[in-house]
Amino acid sequence: MLAMNYRGPQRVRIDNKPMPQIQHPEDAIVRVTRSCICGSDLHLYNGNVPDTRPGSTFGHEFIGVVEEVGADIRQLKVGDMVMVPFNIACGKCAFCRQELYGNCHESNPEATAVGGIFGYSHTAGGYDGGQAEYVRVPYADFGPTVIPDWMHPDDAVLLTDVVPTGYQAAEMGGIQPGDTVVVFGAGPIGIMAAKCAWLFGAGRVIVIDQEEYRLEFVRNFAQCEAYNFRSIEDPVVFIKKTTDWMGADVCIDAVGAEAAGNALNTLTGRKMLLQAGSSTALHWAINSVKKGGVVSIVGVYGPTDNLIPIGNVVNKGITIRANQASVKRLLPRLIEHIRNGILDPKAMITHRIPLEEVADAYRIFSDKLDNCIKTVLIPPKSNA
Amino acid sequence: MDKLAQKYTHINGWGIDIDPKNDPTYPIKKRTNEEQEGYTWQRPAQQQSHVEVLHSIERPNLSATFGTSVPPRGLSGQLRRYAFKYSESHYGHWLPLLLADRVAAVEGIVADLKQGRIPDFFAEKGRKAEWKYNPQRVVIRVAVTVAVATAAWAFFNSKRKGHE
Repeated sequence: MLAMNYRGPQRVRIDNKPMPQIQHPEDAIVRVTRSCICGSDLHLYNGNVPDTRPGSTFGHEFIGVVEEVGADIRQLKVGDMVMVPFNIACGKCAFCRQELYGNCHESNPEATAVGGIFGYSHTAGGYDGGQAEYVRVPYADFGPTVIPDWMHPDDAVLLTDVVPTGYQAAEMGGIQPGDTVVVFGAGPIGIMAAKCAWLFGAGRVIVIDQEEYRLEFVRNFAQCEAYNFRSIEDPVVFIKKTTDWMGADVCIDAVGAEAAGNALNTLTGRKMLLQAGSSTALHWAINSVKKGGVVSIVGVYGPTDNLIPIGNVVNKGITIRANQASVKRLLPRLIEHIRNGILDPKAMITHRIPLEEVADAYRIFSDKLDNCIKTVLIPPKSNA
Repeated sequence: MDKLAQKYTHINGWGIDIDPKNDPTYPIKKRTNEEQEGYTWQRPAQQQSHVEVLHSIERPNLSATFGTSVPPRGLSGQLRRYAFKYSESHYGHWLPLLLADRVAAVEGIVADLKQGRIPDFFAEKGRKAEWKYNPQRVVIRVAVTVAVATAAWAFFNSKRKGHE
């Protein structure tokens, strides 16, 4: 089968790889009909995540058709069209019972901080991902959700990560009616977080980024304010000034390790790998939030250390909330929001590229070429 | 509250998920008292391992399922085995893994060559797309590379002539 093949930092190609096999009685094999490149895939692509082994196939956002099921699968049937949450979760362990599906204890032997994630290095379990024609899906009776007949596949594929992550970013902000919410990052997650902040009753939503085309998009898509940090001298002072010098009630880091805007962080975090990525967005979030405010982190960082102003967290009495999105937990509510026309995630998709051109797709997404916001890869056998 | 809602009638869905009890919010709101009795659960069936799978020393065993995409092998594999002697809290774990990733990239090139395949770096790096959408940067990149190479050549050439 055709699959994306990571060869080293910023080198990927399409290769023929062996078909995935059922390896556990709760496995299924899914024929992929759509997969996405996620902003967090860029951390892998750039070689920033330890134990990202050349030969791996990335891709944790995908939908497809069930082709084969293991002996213990009772609900999922061959032929079902499913969306597959990026978290690999058993549904039984102590953490899954708390709906911490991103923290499953039975899906990742290689690290205890995070559960298994499709196509996200051996630090996240060593599973191949969905940027391929076929993929092995563990715990197939728990994670995959049958796509409703009425749902557009482009909406479905964005429900596997982008929409729940953006929604949970707002949810973890503990937004109270009338709150001012600042979202750092106008990538797909930041855009969705800004949109969802309104659902929790935000009174004002502000997005900070450096890409004008994305700022323009989020202004329209999320009906929010959006500012370019390159044209404001200091984003922290700007936020203070625009909030009567108090700071925002809630700040959301929707950028993670690839953040720009601070030369020292860029050098030490992204170029020299002395930090687990550049923590500029988180730094700004901590310093822009009001005393006693909430910082919600969904931006992805590596597993080592970052330079952040922890003293200010203490002195300001900030609450920090963070986690990988618990996709399965949120799906019922988000499916309803799409059905009711509250959310229209597919509007974020700007590029549809054949899987065979995966190297170009990564370059376009990574370098934000051609006003790219979200890229979908279409495998040759997708019939989509 | 109603007054606030009126202010945002232009925003589809404003306030529909307001939850006054959302404090504390996810991820801690679902905690139960079960953990006071100890963390136990009926483990799923154990996946059989047909390849070498390393596991964190912060847990006693393999998880019930795991990926088998790229087993450790070669020099990079040795580095990974060494890394897994240390906990996730230790640089002795993460730095050898990063080094192993770079070594494995070189091993991948060697493996390609052994199979008679010359890696197409231009294609693998997506330069075709870059050329299409941002040719200026490609030209600058090539110019800088040529300039650095020329300067290096000139430097070493002059040094060699000085010794003669």
